[in-house]
Amino acid sequence: MTAMVKAEGVHKSFGAAHILKGIDLEVAPREVFCLIGPSGSGKSTFLRCINHLEQINAGRLYVDGDLVGYRQKGDKLYELKDSEVALQRRDIGMVFQRFNLFPHMTALENVIEAPIQVKGETRAVARARAERLLDRVGLSDKAGNYPSQLSGGQQQRVAIARALAMEPKLMLFDEPTSALDPELVGDVLDVMRGLAEEGMTMIVVTHEMGFAREVGDALVFMDDGVVVESGHPRDVLTNPQHDRTKSFLSKVL
Amino acid sequence: MTDKFDKVPGGPSVADAPVSKATTVAPETIKAIPVRHYGRWISGAVVLALLAALVYAFSQGNIQWQAVQDKLFDDTVLAGAGRTLMISVLAMVFGVILGVVLAVMRLSRNPVTSWVAWLYIWFFRGTPVYVQLLLWFNLALIFPVLNIPFIYKDEMTDVMTPFMCALLGLALNEAAYMAEIVRAGIQSVDEGQTEASHALGMTQAKTMRRVVLPQALRVIIPPTGNEFINMLKTSSLVYAVTYNELLRSTSQIGSTSYAVMEMLFVASIWYIVMTSVFSVGQYYLERRYARGSLRSLPLTPWQRVKVNLASFSNRPSGGVSA
Ligand SMILES: Nc1ncnc2c1ncn2[C@@H]1O[C@H](COP(=O)(O)OP(=O)(O)OP(=O)(O)O)[C@@H](O)[C@H]1O
Ligand SMILES: [Mg+2]
Repeated sequence: MTAMVKAEGVHKSFGAAHILKGIDLEVAPREVFCLIGPSGSGKSTFLRCINHLEQINAGRLYVDGDLVGYRQKGDKLYELKDSEVALQRRDIGMVFQRFNLFPHMTALENVIEAPIQVKGETRAVARARAERLLDRVGLSDKAGNYPSQLSGGQQQRVAIARALAMEPKLMLFDEPTSALDPELVGDVLDVMRGLAEEGMTMIVVTHEMGFAREVGDALVFMDDGVVVESGHPRDVLTNPQHDRTKSFLSKVL
Repeated sequence: MTDKFDKVPGGPSVADAPVSKATTVAPETIKAIPVRHYGRWISGAVVLALLAALVYAFSQGNIQWQAVQDKLFDDTVLAGAGRTLMISVLAMVFGVILGVVLAVMRLSRNPVTSWVAWLYIWFFRGTPVYVQLLLWFNLALIFPVLNIPFIYKDEMTDVMTPFMCALLGLALNEAAYMAEIVRAGIQSVDEGQTEASHALGMTQAKTMRRVVLPQALRVIIPPTGNEFINMLKTSSLVYAVTYNELLRSTSQIGSTSYAVMEMLFVASIWYIVMTSVFSVGQYYLERRYARGSLRSLPLTPWQRVKVNLASFSNRPSGGVSA
């Protein structure tokens, strides 16, 4: 079985700042893969490389066996065109810390936008699925609301529905609950838990250690652009091997 | 939550009353002498006196008000006003289209297109529109024949009619200003929007069209409305390229009928009518594009009147609750 995501020696720099310093990891299909680490360790950057929002400087990144952002012929790499990159991204859903809903569209319009524009679905088909998805995240009564008329937790659930509308095979979550008030976190985590149970492959950057322990199948602790420790969430969280992991966990647990 | 604080001692019957009703004893209404704003009265009187003096001066001036009234709806004047409107709308439409193209070029990663757009904006904003109009008008002096190989060939003077000079002069100048307005609008849209759109698999072009530009419009429309209202007035400069717009047609009547000032009044009246009408239109357009950015749209003036009337008949003392 091919890995859903495979990173081989991934490096990323912004100018002189070397942010990712050789990341190697594998995410199996149907796996919930949690990524933790201190602020600035490069978690978001790595996630953004997976759907080519950032270009990597060295190494290889594969999603479902396909090289991300490039085509390899012999030992030469060719950059993909804008439309080819867009094609790859269709299958990768992403949920952002700050939601990034389209503010000029209602919740429903947010969800049907990409299926209509990208997949060329008819409005009726896209709408039927969008209504199902909004119902699933518990927001069927908010379909006509603009994002500014929704709470943070509701916005994030719409954002998840929007990503799911493209029927992705992989979902990336970048701290989906850290911009939320504590009492709203639960609703979003419940939706994610449901997704995990259905077998969606998910990479989750999170500070919710409870979620990681309960739902996660694998966990990686990143610091300063390298993978310090990885393993089953229960093992890493309760019995960390490295000092850096220990000191990080003692601060967040 | 803390209704214990609101309990009136010895009154168990009010223990369950909502917080707001706990203080049912009407407080004594304050009857104070308001502060007298003498300064406001004096300045008001002074301004009114000055205004009266101005009106008096005009009533005493050697003005044939009858001529103003007679010529206001004169066919030539109306046709001139129509041409002013037409050239302004056309110049604005082309200016906006070209402005969007220039703004996208300016922001593109291709250094050549970006530089060309910069050069365009630099030239057309750096020279007076009046000079630009004269440049188009006199183009035949250096290029007697317009020759686009295999496509078009004609005498320059036949191509550069007054209408063409006016349209090119106004539109190309406007495009430079619109480019800067559109660029500011595009840059005002949060980068997260582009990323979310790309992450959904939308191409750059689709992202621009469906996500960025609609949001940029909210920032672009108010200054664009101002640009158009300015255009209505700036279009009077095409007088110089002999296009028969409002100012030119009124002035011609003015100089033949010895009613120069009267005809300038006529022109002013039509300019002010047009700019007023479009200001109202701008208000409603801005409201439409505020969708989603505010939790609830502000009321239109007409809605406000209706609400005020309704609240007036129901509850004279109560305000409109938000
Ligand atoms: N576009 C960029 N240009 C320059 N530097 C950047 C850029 N994006 C990220 N960085 C830098 O890369 C480093 C890693 O950032 P990243 O957002 O990946 O951290 P993170 O692990 O997600 O942290 P957090 O938990 O705070 O979200 C930071 O030092 C940041 O300043
Ligand atoms: Mg981050």
